[in-house]
Amino acid sequence: MTVVAPPGKLTRQRVLELASERFPAATILVRPNSVPCLLVEAAHLIDVMQFLRDDPALDFKSLSDLAGVDLLKWPGEKKGEFLHSELMVVYQLHSLNHRHHATVKVILKRDTATVPSVAGLWPVAGWFEREAFDLYGITFSGHADLRRLLTPEDWTGFPLRKDYAYPESYGGVALKREGQHFDAGPYA
Amino acid sequence: MTIVAESPDGELMTLNMGPHHPSTHGVLRLIVECDGEVVTSCQPDIGYLHRSIEKIGEYLEFPQFVPYTDRVDYVCAMNANLAWCVAAEALYAMDPASVIKIPERAEWIRILVAELNRISSHLVAVGALAMDMGAYTPFLHAIALRELINDLFESICGARLTYNYVTIGGVANDLPAGIEPRIAAALDQIEREMRGFNKLITGNTIFRDRLAGTATISAADAVAWGLVGPNLRGSGVDFDLRRDEPYGFYDRVEFAVPVGDAFAGANGRVGDAFDRYIVRLLEILESTRICRQALKHLPPAAPKAADLVGGWQADVKAALRKPPKGEVHHRTEMPRGETGYYLISDGSKIPYRIRIRTGSFTAVAIIPKLAPGLMLADIVAVIGSLDIVLPEVDR
Amino acid sequence: MVDPVPSGSICPVRTGGGLTVGSRPGDCELHLTAVEDFLNWGKEHSLFYLLFATACCGIELMQTGGPRYDVDRLGMIPRASPRQADLLIVAGTITHKMASRAKRLWEQMAEPRWVVSMGSCANAGGPFSKFSYSVLNGIDKHFPVDIYVPGCPPRPEALIDGVIELRERVRRWQTLGVRPRDAAVIA
Repeated sequence: MTVVAPPGKLTRQRVLELASERFPAATILVRPNSVPCLLVEAAHLIDVMQFLRDDPALDFKSLSDLAGVDLLKWPGEKKGEFLHSELMVVYQLHSLNHRHHATVKVILKRDTATVPSVAGLWPVAGWFEREAFDLYGITFSGHADLRRLLTPEDWTGFPLRKDYAYPESYGGVALKREGQHFDAGPYA
Repeated sequence: MTIVAESPDGELMTLNMGPHHPSTHGVLRLIVECDGEVVTSCQPDIGYLHRSIEKIGEYLEFPQFVPYTDRVDYVCAMNANLAWCVAAEALYAMDPASVIKIPERAEWIRILVAELNRISSHLVAVGALAMDMGAYTPFLHAIALRELINDLFESICGARLTYNYVTIGGVANDLPAGIEPRIAAALDQIEREMRGFNKLITGNTIFRDRLAGTATISAADAVAWGLVGPNLRGSGVDFDLRRDEPYGFYDRVEFAVPVGDAFAGANGRVGDAFDRYIVRLLEILESTRICRQALKHLPPAAPKAADLVGGWQADVKAALRKPPKGEVHHRTEMPRGETGYYLISDGSKIPYRIRIRTGSFTAVAIIPKLAPGLMLADIVAVIGSLDIVLPEVDR
Repeated sequence: MVDPVPSGSICPVRTGGGLTVGSRPGDCELHLTAVEDFLNWGKEHSLFYLLFATACCGIELMQTGGPRYDVDRLGMIPRASPRQADLLIVAGTITHKMASRAKRLWEQMAEPRWVVSMGSCANAGGPFSKFSYSVLNGIDKHFPVDIYVPGCPPRPEALIDGVIELRERVRRWQTLGVRPRDAAVIA
């Protein structure tokens, strides 16, 4: 079965080259069995994203997805690639006019975990960022309304982090019961 | 709907709509501020059905996650199965050594069941929209038609709602003998009754006038707010992943992509609630076309001995292999639009991270932008025309 | 299910048959029964249910109310307000965020009220009970349930069967006086 999308006007590689030529803070990351992506420093994210959205040759008017990732249990391939203490935000961009794609990643320190909000560029990011804040504890600076989105307001912890400890009780109901999986799962 | 507060100046009133409300299509809560009958702001509060499916995926093997995708979108569970399976297959395909080969018959069965499920999903959407607008009869017609498809699925896989039928590498079992004529007859009946449905409600003046020009979304807004699927096409953007980024055998079938075109006439505007309704109605007919083509192309069932090499059966051994260490972002067209699976694998049998981006999530996110200026009663028109299904929003 | 109502009478008879006054057909017919039986007979045949659906089971609940399964014939009419409902069908997953709201709905229902827990999620957390951090393992942690209907989701026939079981229970309901269960709630 063919699963690779037909190429748009520019290949993924060419899109990334255009961006990294212009911004030294953006480097192309190529890893095996993955599409190439752009690794951007958090401080320069807005500039790079603005360029990707507004440059007529790139024209990424659509933010397909914004996902948080916790690298805590990631098996390191070689030194210096990803640190286990890091979180990652992954942006999937798509151009409806040119039909090409790009993936942008930002690596964050676990204890600070702050990245500028792109909700000013794509309004859809507002809720995506709230979700990442809720589930990963990533702070998006400049976000107008950064509150928990899916879990209750008085929830503690960030559930999708790999070191998340399941709550013992909530709302007066004990949650722990026999046979329930409360350790760190298959990686423990 | 209960009145919870009144602002001190007596001008604005805050209404709490949901999470239990018959017209919010599930457990959606809206905090609506109104000036008389006119809405000044509307803030959705979601998460009442947040079942942590993304977290559960980090504990299960790739094939074990399929039943959970049923519950990501139970109105179109076949499509949800398919979205997960093609994404997982795309991950396997990142390494040429671990590509999963899918039998041709299974590919056509996948298209057949996905499009049948798209019809039943859109039937709920258009029926529920009519009910939200005060017309109960079309809803009953739609539900009755839906039973037709449920019966077919029950014959195919034994379940009425949560199918667990599409698997990584193919489908779970072959079609039962002699079902093809039944599917063809059901398609005929759907086409016939949809004409009746159309006569019943589409031309109805009250229905049309309430939706015409209501909650208009421009094409630029629809793209910027991340609307997908029929909502995006209702705004006049001609984009369908089945045609533009085909997966499976979608590049071998012919179908039109309906696009919003101010169908409501003089009062209508491109991208209003009525356009979104018409796009869904037309997509039902296009799906029946695709189903007929799939029936025509369906290769004969393989004889028993050859099942493993060329029949319906999944390449089971391949799907049980470990996937390559890598990542993939794969998008498929569900009835509620693009569903993107962002999959990261660390090379073990268990995914490292599953991210599910669904169509309804962004459809809810745009409500605060659409609501100001609408009449209070039009809020249900907005929800109905965006075809929101809450498990997709909350996951 | 055999209805113990003798032909010609309108309500179940506890102590003997009907007493006919007059001799011609169509004359007044008297039946002796207990007040409680009469009230329960009425309740049993008009179990209005609350339109409360959270997840997958909600679609099957909708189909159950649809033309094919047609629960209206059992006197079950959907109500949008908990104050008008006798029966709460908990159809679907209850998360921690939803649980307090579901409990509030139950509290708003007037006595006598009954609860049918529909589907594995409402019964015990279903497929989410093991790994999910946000799903409540059974709605009975928050309020008492009369009938549990298993399935993921249950077929409409299964739900109707559960309702018929419930009707048996309603028929034997202690309407007058304080029931032991309520005494526990009040205390």
